[in-house]
Amino acid sequence: MRVGVITFPGTLDDVDAQRAVRYADGEAVPLWHADRDLQNVDAVIVPGGFSYGDYLRAGAIARFAPVMQEVVEAAHKGMPVLGICNGFQVLAEAHLLPGALTRNHELHFVCRDQWLRVENNTTAWTTRYDRDAEILVPLKSGEGSYQADADTLKQLEDENRIVFRYVGENPNGSLNDIAGISNARGNVVGLMPHPEHAIDALTGPTDDGLGMFLSLLDLVVNA
Amino acid sequence: MARVVVDVMPKPEILDPQGQAVANALPRLGFDGVTAVRQGKHFELEVADDVDDATLAKIAETFLANPVIEDWTVRRVEA
Repeated sequence: MRVGVITFPGTLDDVDAQRAVRYADGEAVPLWHADRDLQNVDAVIVPGGFSYGDYLRAGAIARFAPVMQEVVEAAHKGMPVLGICNGFQVLAEAHLLPGALTRNHELHFVCRDQWLRVENNTTAWTTRYDRDAEILVPLKSGEGSYQADADTLKQLEDENRIVFRYVGENPNGSLNDIAGISNARGNVVGLMPHPEHAIDALTGPTDDGLGMFLSLLDLVVNA
Repeated sequence: MARVVVDVMPKPEILDPQGQAVANALPRLGFDGVTAVRQGKHFELEVADDVDDATLAKIAETFLANPVIEDWTVRRVEA
């Protein structure tokens, strides 16, 4: 399994995302923002950080990077794509996922270990979890407040496309406690918390995040 | 060359925590009577004369603003 991990100028978490892919026995393939070539990868991770300095809006400029044009096309054909934190913001700006991420409601940058509930375990990235399982992974973001209009929210709820919800106090003002969502097909998932930082108890709060990368492996192996 | 101003504002129904923080700070600084503040972005573009209004609207809608959360206006001004 070859999994591409994109690096934009200002990306921070590409190395941890690559490590998570290797922990799941996948081959991590670095993808550069200026390249149009996806190098025959089976899936793509858009990692966290501050792509292009978050200038204009988080993800607004990264969306137009040459590599993203290829990712959008591949995602529409069904390739699994995961956006983590800034990657989620990029996927929203690229219209692969609905809604937008805005400043946290209390304006604080939130950095803590966060409990999430897995609400949909049928996406490309969540089959290793039990439904309603609670997982603990780091959350570190200043613009993680998920916003969408009422019709979009209803559609997400009705179609079971809310993949993760925050457990306990809402950390950032996200509507409906949304931490992560998927597209209609379930191949594209975005979330604000960081599963790639929670793959080994030695270096993270838990190994709860590894399931996302193992889910992908299952999908590709069984295909 | 023409000067074009694009103003981008959070939609009324979208929470604007930055505007609220400004509004909450004003009484502490001794300024009373300001009941609400909304914070947005103001862009000044220098554009060639052959750039038409449709193109300017596309720039605003697809890039300078995110229509999911923001409203925008475009106007040509005297340079």
